[in-house]
Amino acid sequence: MDEKGAQSTLRFILTAGCDGYADSLKRSVLVALWFMFLTFPIMVIRVDTIENTIDWRWMNLAFVGVGSFVLSFLWRWLLERKELMKGQAARESVVERLLTQASTIPSARLGLLVVVAGIALAFPHMAGMYQTNIMISCLTYIALGLGLNIVVGLAGLLDLGYVAFYAVGAYAYALANMHWGIGFWTILPIGALLGTLFGIMLGFPVLRLRGDYLAIVTLGFGEIIRLVLENWGDVTMGPSGIAGIDRPTFFGIEFGVMDSINYMYYIMLALIVLTIFCVNRLQNSRIGRAWLALREDEIACQAMGIDKTKTKLMAFALGATWAGMAGVVFAAKTTFVNPASFTFWESAIILSVVVIGGMGSIRGVIAGAIILILVPEYLRAFSEFRMLIFGATMVLVMVFRPQGLIRAKRKVYTYDKSTVAGAANE
Amino acid sequence: MRGNWKLLALVLAVVALFAAGCGEGKKDEAKKLVLGVAGAHSGDLASYGLPTVNAAKLVAADINAKGGVLGMQVEVLSQDDQCKPEMATNAATKLLSEDVKIVLGHICSGATKAALEIYKDGNIVCMSPSATNPPLTQSGDYPNFFRTIASDDAQAQLEVDFAKNLGLKNIAVIHDKGDYGKGFASFCKQFIEEDGGMSVALFEGVTPGAVDYSAVVQKIKNSGADGVIFGGYHPEASKIVTAMRKKNIDIPFLSDDGVKDDTFIKVAGEYAEGVYATGPRDISGNPLYAVAEEAHKKEFGTDPGAFYYQAYAAAQALLNAVEKAGGTDYDKVVNALRTEYVETPLGKIKFDGRGDAEGVGFSVYQVKNGQYVEVE
Amino acid sequence: MEYFLEILFGGLTRGSIYALIALGYTMVYGIIELINFAHGEIYMIGAFTGLIIAGVLGAAGFPAAAIFVLAILGAVLYSAAYGYTIEKIAYKPLRGAQRLSPLISAIGMSIFLQNYVMLAQTSDFLPFPSLIPEFKVPWIGHIISSSELIIVVVTILVCIGLTLFIKFTRLGKAMRATAQNRKMAMLVGINVNTVISATFVVGSSLAAVGGVLIASHIGQINYYIGFIAGIKAFTAAVLGGIGSVPGAMLGALILGQTEAFATGYVSSDYEDVFAFALLVLILIFRPAGIMGKEPVQKV
Repeated sequence: MDEKGAQSTLRFILTAGCDGYADSLKRSVLVALWFMFLTFPIMVIRVDTIENTIDWRWMNLAFVGVGSFVLSFLWRWLLERKELMKGQAARESVVERLLTQASTIPSARLGLLVVVAGIALAFPHMAGMYQTNIMISCLTYIALGLGLNIVVGLAGLLDLGYVAFYAVGAYAYALANMHWGIGFWTILPIGALLGTLFGIMLGFPVLRLRGDYLAIVTLGFGEIIRLVLENWGDVTMGPSGIAGIDRPTFFGIEFGVMDSINYMYYIMLALIVLTIFCVNRLQNSRIGRAWLALREDEIACQAMGIDKTKTKLMAFALGATWAGMAGVVFAAKTTFVNPASFTFWESAIILSVVVIGGMGSIRGVIAGAIILILVPEYLRAFSEFRMLIFGATMVLVMVFRPQGLIRAKRKVYTYDKSTVAGAANE
Repeated sequence: MRGNWKLLALVLAVVALFAAGCGEGKKDEAKKLVLGVAGAHSGDLASYGLPTVNAAKLVAADINAKGGVLGMQVEVLSQDDQCKPEMATNAATKLLSEDVKIVLGHICSGATKAALEIYKDGNIVCMSPSATNPPLTQSGDYPNFFRTIASDDAQAQLEVDFAKNLGLKNIAVIHDKGDYGKGFASFCKQFIEEDGGMSVALFEGVTPGAVDYSAVVQKIKNSGADGVIFGGYHPEASKIVTAMRKKNIDIPFLSDDGVKDDTFIKVAGEYAEGVYATGPRDISGNPLYAVAEEAHKKEFGTDPGAFYYQAYAAAQALLNAVEKAGGTDYDKVVNALRTEYVETPLGKIKFDGRGDAEGVGFSVYQVKNGQYVEVE
Repeated sequence: MEYFLEILFGGLTRGSIYALIALGYTMVYGIIELINFAHGEIYMIGAFTGLIIAGVLGAAGFPAAAIFVLAILGAVLYSAAYGYTIEKIAYKPLRGAQRLSPLISAIGMSIFLQNYVMLAQTSDFLPFPSLIPEFKVPWIGHIISSSELIIVVVTILVCIGLTLFIKFTRLGKAMRATAQNRKMAMLVGINVNTVISATFVVGSSLAAVGGVLIASHIGQINYYIGFIAGIKAFTAAVLGGIGSVPGAMLGALILGQTEAFATGYVSSDYEDVFAFALLVLILIFRPAGIMGKEPVQKV
C-alpha cells in the first residue's frame, strides 16, 4: 500500500458520509454534544432524595463527549462501508468466501472436515477444564439454535417461548432421576419425545396465528410452563429446584467431575453431529422444502398443495425435539435445575443465536452460538461491563450485518437439458 | 491481498494481547492469595451480588495494607453467575481452573448448589453470605460449604415464635415466589400450623417486579388476618407495606433478613415504621460494624447494600482460616474454620460441623423513627 | 360487594399503567412493524430522569407541585430524546433488512440500556419521592387512593389526547398514512423518516409519563423495572390488536382486570398464568387481537 493510497483511505475513514473534513468535524461535534446532553442526568447526577444530597460527576460528561466524538467517525465510516459493499455483487465476507471455496473442492472439504473434527475431538485435552465446560454450554446452545432454526429460520414461525421445551427436557430428567433414579441414557430419548409432544401441544392452538401474534403466544406459553414449574411445588420442588442430579454414566461406570466434564463434552459433540446430520437431511427433504415455501408465502404454499397444518406442526414438533434433548443434557451437566434457568431471556438469547448467526444456515447458527455464548464468558475479565458490551455487540452485529454473520445458502439447481431429457424418458 | 494482510495483523494483535495477558498473570504468582467471589453481578439480581464484591475488595485491601495473609497479597477474583445454575457451574470451573482455593459465594441457594458439586471435587472451601436454603448445611452433602447467615428454618421458627408473642392468631403468609422467600414462607406456614394456637389465613406468592400489589393487599384485608409474615426481599416488602398502609390496613408486618436492610427503610419511608424483621443480632453496637460501614462509604460513596456485612464477615473468616491453617490446604482450612474464632462485624464467630456459623445470633428488629431497633 | 369494587379499582389502576406503556408499543408497531423491546427501558429511563430532576429540584427547595410538573416534563423530554436516538442508531440502519434483525437489535438495545443505567447509577433499589399530591378522595376514598385516582385520570386524558392527535392533526394523519402503506405515503409527499421519528418521540413521551407516575405511586425504582412492565404492556398491546391505539387501551384494561381478579378470587401464584392463558384464548378466536383487523392476504 503506497503513501497516497494510505492517505486516501485515511481521508475516507475521516470523512465518510460527509462533504469534507470540516463537515465531518462539525457533525462529530454535534453528535458529541447531543450525547452529552442525552447522558447528562443519568451519567452525571446521582441524587439521594432521603438525605437531599446530590453527587455531580462531571468527569463522566467529558468521557461521554470524547468517546462519542471518536466513535461517531467510526460509526459513519462503518455505515458508509456497508453502503458501498451493498453495490458489490459478492456480498460474502472473507470467511464465507473461503468456506464456500473450500466446500466446492472435494479434497479441501475433506481436509477441512478432518481438521475441524480433529480440533473438536482433541479440545478437552488441549484446553483446560473450564474451557471444556463452557464449550459444553456452547454446544448445548448450538443444539438449541439448530432446533429453533427449524422453526424460525426454515419455517419462518417466530417462537419466543422455545425455552419451554428446554425446561421440559431438563425437568423430565431431574424428576425421573430424583423419584426413580432413572439414568441419563434412558431419559435422553424420552426427553426428546416429551419435547415433541409439547411442541405439538403448543402447535395446535397457534396454527391460525401469524407473525408477531404467534410470537407473543409462544412467549406466553413459555412463561406459563415456567410459572407452573415455579408454583407447583409438590411436584417440581418449586423455586428451590432439584439438586444432586446424576451425571451420565458410561455403561455403569461413574466419573469424577473432571472426567465427567470431558465425557459430557463428547456426548454433546456426538449429539451435535447427529443434529447437523438430521437438520441437513431435513432441509433438503420434502418437508424442508415445504417449510421454506411456508416461510416465503403461506397462501402460495397452500395453493401448491402443501398441507399447512401438518407442515407447521412438524416444524414445532421437530424444533421442540432438540430442545427436549438439550434440556436433558443441561440437567445432567449442571446437576441442578430450577425455574430461574428458563426465563424469557433464555428464549431471547437462543433466538439471537439463530438471527445473529444467520437464519436458516447451520454454519451461521454455530457461529452465532460461539459469539453469543463464548464472548460473554471471555468477557468475564470486564466483570460488570460484560452485559453492557454484550448488548452493544448484539446491536452492532445487527446494524452492520443485518442478514447475520453467515447467510443461508439456498440450494441452486442448474438446469441441464440433457439430464432433464434423460429423466423424462425414464 | 489487502484483506489477508488485515487478517494477519488482527491475528498478530490478538496473539500479542493474549501473550501480554498471560505474561502479566504469571508475574509474582507465588505471593498471591486469590479469593474467588462468585454471585450475581449482572442481571436482575445484581443488587444482591454486587455488595459482596465490594465487601471482599474492602477486606482484601484492609488485610493487604496490614501485610497480607502469611505474607501473601490477597487478590479478589470475581465471577458473575447471574444467580443461574449453569452460569454458576461455569464460574465454578473457572475458579477451579484458576486454582482458587477459597470462594466467597454464591448468592442464591440454587446457584450455590449447582456450583458446590464442582467445589467439592476440587477441594475448594465455599462460604456464602446469603444462601439460606436449609439442606445446604443440614443434608450433610456439602462438607466444604459454610455460611454466615442463618438458615431459613431457624429464622422462620424465630419469626413464628415472635408472632405468637405478639398475640397474633390468624396470619397471612406472603412470599415472592423466589427460592429464598418461598422457602422461608413455607417453613413459617409449617410452624404456624404445627403450633395449633395459630392459623394461616392466606398463603400466596406475589410476582416480583409487578407494577402494583393492590389486589393482594385487598385480599389480605379480606382474609381477616391480624398479621402478615412476608418472605422475600425488601423491594417487594416495601411495595406491599406501602400499599397496606395507604389502604389503612394497620396490622403488624413481619419479615425476614432480606428486609432487614436500610434500603427498606429509605424506600418505604414513613410506611416502614413499626415493621418487624429478623436479622443477625446486635451488630450495630459492634465496633467492626462501624468500621465496615465507614470503609464502604469512603470507598464507594454509598451505603452498603444487601448481605454486605455477612459478606464482610465471610471474607474475614475465610482469610483468617487460611492464616491460621498456615496455607490453603483444604483439611487445615476447614479445620481452622471450625475451631478458630474470628472477630467480624457479625460478632465473634466460628462454624459448626455442618457449616452454619456459631455466634451469629438472630433477633427481631422493629423500625422505630427510621431505624431498626432490636426488640427485647 | 366492597371487596369486588376494591379488586375492580385495583385492576383499573394496573390496566392504566399497562396502557401508558402499551400505547408506545402499539404506535411503533403500527408504523414499522417492530416489537420495540427497548420500550420498557425508555419507561425506566423516564422514571430515573424524573427521580434525578426531583432530587435536584428538591434539594434546591422548589415547591412540591412545581417539582411534580417539572419532573414529568423533564422525563418526557429525555425519554423522547432517548427514543429518537435509539431509533436512529439501532433501527434506522436496519430498515429494509429481514424482519427479525431489528427485533434482535431491540433486544440488544434493551440489555445495553439496562446495564448502562445500572453502571451509571446503581444496582440497588432507589426510593422515589411521592410526587403525586396526596389528598382524600371523596366518596370512594376507602377503595382508591389519590395516587391511583390520578394515574387513572391521567391515563384517560392521555388516551383522549392521543386519539385526537392521531385523528385530527397533520402529523397524526401522516402517521396513519405511513402505517397503512409506507410507499404510498412517500408518494403523496410524506417524509416517512420524520414520521417514524415522531412516532418514537410520542411513544417514548407517553412511557415517560407512565414511568414517573408509577414510580411515584410505588415509591421505588431500579434499572430492571422496565423489563416486566414492558412484557406485560406488550401482551396488552397484542391482546387488543397490535397497531391499534384503542385496542392497546382496551387490551391493557382487560389484562389489568384479569390479573386483579385472578389474584382476588383465585391466587396470585397464578396471576400471570391467567393473563397469558386469556391471551392465548382470545387470540385463538380472534387471531389479530380484539380490535385488530386481519390484514387481507395477497399473493
